[in-house]
Amino acid sequence: MSQRESVGLPRLGETAPDFEAVTTHGTMKLEDFKGMWLILFSHPADFTPVCTTEFIAFANIYEELKKRNVELLGLSVDSVSSHIAWIRNIEEKMGVKIPFPVIADLNKEVAAKFGMIHPGQSKTETVRCVFVIDPDSKIRAILYYPLTTGRNMNEILRIVDALQTTDKNKVATPANWKPGDPVVVPPPTTQEAAEERVKAGYDCKDWYLCFKKL
Amino acid sequence: MPCISPDGKPSATGLTLLRSLKGGSLSPSEVSEKTGLTLPRVRSGLRELRAAGFVEESEGRYGLSQAGAEAVA
Repeated sequence: MSQRESVGLPRLGETAPDFEAVTTHGTMKLEDFKGMWLILFSHPADFTPVCTTEFIAFANIYEELKKRNVELLGLSVDSVSSHIAWIRNIEEKMGVKIPFPVIADLNKEVAAKFGMIHPGQSKTETVRCVFVIDPDSKIRAILYYPLTTGRNMNEILRIVDALQTTDKNKVATPANWKPGDPVVVPPPTTQEAAEERVKAGYDCKDWYLCFKKL
Repeated sequence: MPCISPDGKPSATGLTLLRSLKGGSLSPSEVSEKTGLTLPRVRSGLRELRAAGFVEESEGRYGLSQAGAEAVA
């Protein structure tokens, strides 16, 4: 694998790279997730401490994600046998069943397509990536965390809520937004629209920054 | 879990999918509702069962083949 291939990554708004991969739930393709949201996430390695806490945390938000029509799909460059042994160990020792499939990307094919290997962090392991992919297979959000930092599940849920709210209501969400908070009305693109919006009953700080409750 | 065991027979999940088709052909969404399995897992499983000759597909709907019917008889 060349250096360029190993660090290339899809960008927001692009169609997610197609893949067919061996997982703990059988062979799965990207198209199997069509019509639903998908969170594809990678972890560095099975049987490692931070990854174990993350798997438990992902399992703990799985039901919340399902309510939002979101499926989870994990990935690392370990084998299916390793994944199965680790998942069984988590259930046996920590009492948490891992309900989602995990890709065994031994040949790093999917990792390369999604730019999951960052040689500055590790030449062999995937870093902690999160790709939020919408029902039309478009990449809507990307998170990258280093090997030493476990991900924040509340933020992952918040991103899903924000994207779904944006899609449904054609609005944007401000800093630290959470469901129930006011949303941002998209900025006007003409002078006429700017003048009209200040009369529209929004909570406007100025013509370019208006909030509304949903 | 894969729907075909190493011996070529349907696995427990494979049998669950096959049994859901005993009443007639269904779409993957309908199979998902009937079995409680996630839609991606159903799509993946039906593809595997089809490749192994246990189900047949027509216009997006899946039904039991002769071998599939015999497996859940």
